[in-house]
Amino acid sequence: MTTTETPTSAPAVPGFGRRRFVTFLVAAPTLTVAARLGIDLIADTPALAAGRPTQTSGEATTATNLGTTYVLRVTSDNRIIFESPKADVGQGISTALAMLIAEDLDARLTDVHSELADAANLPGQSVGGSVSIRDAYDPVREMAAQARARLVTAAARRWGVAADTLTTHDTAVHAPDGRSETYGALAADAASITSPDVAATPKPISAHTVIGTPASQQEGRAIVTGAMPFALDVPVAGALPTVVARPPTIYGTVAAIDASVTKAMSGVVAVTTIPTGVAVTARTFHEALRGRDALRVTWGPGPVDDVSDSTVTERLAQAIPPFVNLPLLSNHVDGRFEFAFVNHAPMETNAAIADVRQNSAVVWSSTKVPNSTRRQVAKAIGLSENAVTVHVTRGGGSFGRRLSSEAQIEAAQVSRALGRPVKVMWTRDDDTRHGRMRPASMHRMRITYLAGEMVSFQNLSSAVQLDFGVSPVITGIDPGALGYPSIGSAFFAITQETPYALGVETKALNEVPLKFPTATWRSVYSGHNRAAEELMMDRLASKLRKDPLGLRISLAKDQPAKALLRRLRTESAWGTSLPAGWAQGVGYHEEYNGRAGCVVTIDASDPNAPRVMSALVAADMGVPVNPRGLEAQFMGSVMDGIGTILRAGNHIDSGRVRESSFADFTWPRQRHAPRDFRLVLMPTTGTSIAGAGEIAVPAATAAVASAYGRATGTQPWRFPLNF
Amino acid sequence: MPTYKLFVNGERVSVDAPADMPLLWVLRDMLGITGPKYGCGVGACRACTSHLNGAEIQPCVVPIADCANKHVTTIEGLADGDTLHPVQQAWLDEDVPQCGYCQPGQIMATVALVKNNRQPSDAEIDAIANVCRCGTYCRIRRAIKRVTA
Ligand code: FES
Ligand code: FES
Repeated sequence: MTTTETPTSAPAVPGFGRRRFVTFLVAAPTLTVAARLGIDLIADTPALAAGRPTQTSGEATTATNLGTTYVLRVTSDNRIIFESPKADVGQGISTALAMLIAEDLDARLTDVHSELADAANLPGQSVGGSVSIRDAYDPVREMAAQARARLVTAAARRWGVAADTLTTHDTAVHAPDGRSETYGALAADAASITSPDVAATPKPISAHTVIGTPASQQEGRAIVTGAMPFALDVPVAGALPTVVARPPTIYGTVAAIDASVTKAMSGVVAVTTIPTGVAVTARTFHEALRGRDALRVTWGPGPVDDVSDSTVTERLAQAIPPFVNLPLLSNHVDGRFEFAFVNHAPMETNAAIADVRQNSAVVWSSTKVPNSTRRQVAKAIGLSENAVTVHVTRGGGSFGRRLSSEAQIEAAQVSRALGRPVKVMWTRDDDTRHGRMRPASMHRMRITYLAGEMVSFQNLSSAVQLDFGVSPVITGIDPGALGYPSIGSAFFAITQETPYALGVETKALNEVPLKFPTATWRSVYSGHNRAAEELMMDRLASKLRKDPLGLRISLAKDQPAKALLRRLRTESAWGTSLPAGWAQGVGYHEEYNGRAGCVVTIDASDPNAPRVMSALVAADMGVPVNPRGLEAQFMGSVMDGIGTILRAGNHIDSGRVRESSFADFTWPRQRHAPRDFRLVLMPTTGTSIAGAGEIAVPAATAAVASAYGRATGTQPWRFPLNF
Repeated sequence: MPTYKLFVNGERVSVDAPADMPLLWVLRDMLGITGPKYGCGVGACRACTSHLNGAEIQPCVVPIADCANKHVTTIEGLADGDTLHPVQQAWLDEDVPQCGYCQPGQIMATVALVKNNRQPSDAEIDAIANVCRCGTYCRIRRAIKRVTA
């Protein structure tokens, strides 16, 4: 067994940054290497208490002894099977992790096959906070290097040559005399090699040929042929379509129900009352939906029936204290910004299949937190956790939505009641009206300056209470111990960093305890709060009669920030002359170990129908793993900026969400998208690795708002603008 | 319950279904053809986009009665064996999909567009109204330009 610690020390906030891990050989008939993440967090587990991680021999163990976060298996048909604990919801993590393996195993990328692992109750089996690639980078590469060393050793012993004369490439070991053997042919021998004859060290960055080279998503072919199974596409025999009638208002209750008409309808199999509503199970979804329409339900009120948009705004304003007094003779720039609730709205609505038997249950669904899904399902149907299997399917988007497990719980409840497998689908209106939202927020900001020097920056924000659920981003955050009134307040304080030197900073977010279905939304508070801060930089620039990008460069706190902003200025031909009603806008953000800046060009000649015509993102990702995947993430981030700033949000009318579908939740379509997108990656620094899923959202959001303001000569403050 | 005969991806099928049952559920729940995706059920998102006698439709709002004796093509019926349709190939070449959920619909909409219009303009590409929540629009545009170049 080999124990490895990453060179970085334990992170200040657990859940952030790189973690310690251990890699080890698994006793198996074919070469199998595993890594266990988070040994610093789980030192009390029996295997670790027995001192295993301190052993340094290569003695084989069994996966169940220690538990595994990642597993790599070389099969006799020369395939590398990688069991990934990281749900793929379109962010491309399976491909990125396969690239890490291909690199240090010297395997062809096409020979590495990622499979999404079942819930296994291990640290690291969750997705959120853009940590996946940061968690995986060291352990996965080391696993691959461990496997490679054993394959080389097996070949050397078979051929009777010195191991250090052999080379590896294309999923095979090669000898100087021209002999070669595939990994598959060596996998059985390699499985019992405890101490390899060559070093098992990952390559230096300078030797990388896969990491840093653009690769397409491995699932591409399955997707474009329609073969990729999402939750409801899994062919579970006899699983019956089920939809749930839900209350008109948020978290309303079932008071009384008359299902007589529904039960008599053709195709309808059962009507089941569950805590969240009334489930109708039928032969087809069409018949289930028909049956749902025919239900006569008397609904009880929910906790926010007396709350509308105006109430929310009022409560948010009340939650913000006044600014502290200004020093004498100073000047200031003020801003107030408001953001509406906004759905996550992944294309695949909440969906799950469940098959609950007497003493066991199986669930199929996309979830970013399989262990939590398993725990919640087990609790809801009164089984022990070990009796529940959660298979993770590919998710049709998430953006934070798949941190909660409502559909899985409902499917399990109905399946238990009926004694047969069911598939629960949330309709789009279910997901819009009862699904999760980013909480509405308000941000009051003041920049104070005196004789050309920045004196202070105050950011006093409020937001409707955010249900972090089991999001991995809050692991280890104890708001009480840190002196904050809520997790949201603590998380805001920990994460919201302004990249400019504005003097003394005061920042706080107060939460308003209204019970709405909320969840972290791609980049959590940064997507709106940091965008608002960037708009303050525009206001400051205009007050000081300076160029907004030039001002950002001069006030940026460090050299890498200045370098990125300068690059953005050059690449975007910043300041170029544009038609009337057009303008460029800029945003910049640092988080997740990385940096991203964005410049967009907007055509707002019709201020009611603005269109972002082109977008440029410059990013400093440390070691970029898959540039093509990064481009995809950043394109998507730009669309999130366009959506949340210009077009889409949720209104609240007396406890109900007004929007119901993509007809009125007006998420951008092709005609709202830039016709041109470009990504510039800053040179590899090799010092860190950045998370990609969220980092460009604040920058792009800011850039869209900034461009709109500059094009129209207004100071936009309430979003979305066309709402 | 009436019986409908139709052709799905070249195969003759016969289904017993209520006349108003949308084609989407006939395909998904009765025939096990799951390429067309549910995204809204009201014709707004176009995730389900498929073809009826070669023309683009949204099966979530087309009743089975309107499909009788007609030819339905779903994403599964696009490739010729292992040879992808040029639009599918362009999608792979540009690595268009993120989550992939909207992509069967995006591809079917594009196939219908380029069939009648070998070189769609930017404005015509803009008119493709399929929602992609992941935001793959720029790559969709690139893929369309690649296939029509
Ligand atoms: S599901 Fe058919 S258009 Fe949305
Ligand atoms: S690729 Fe995810 S919705 Fe389009």
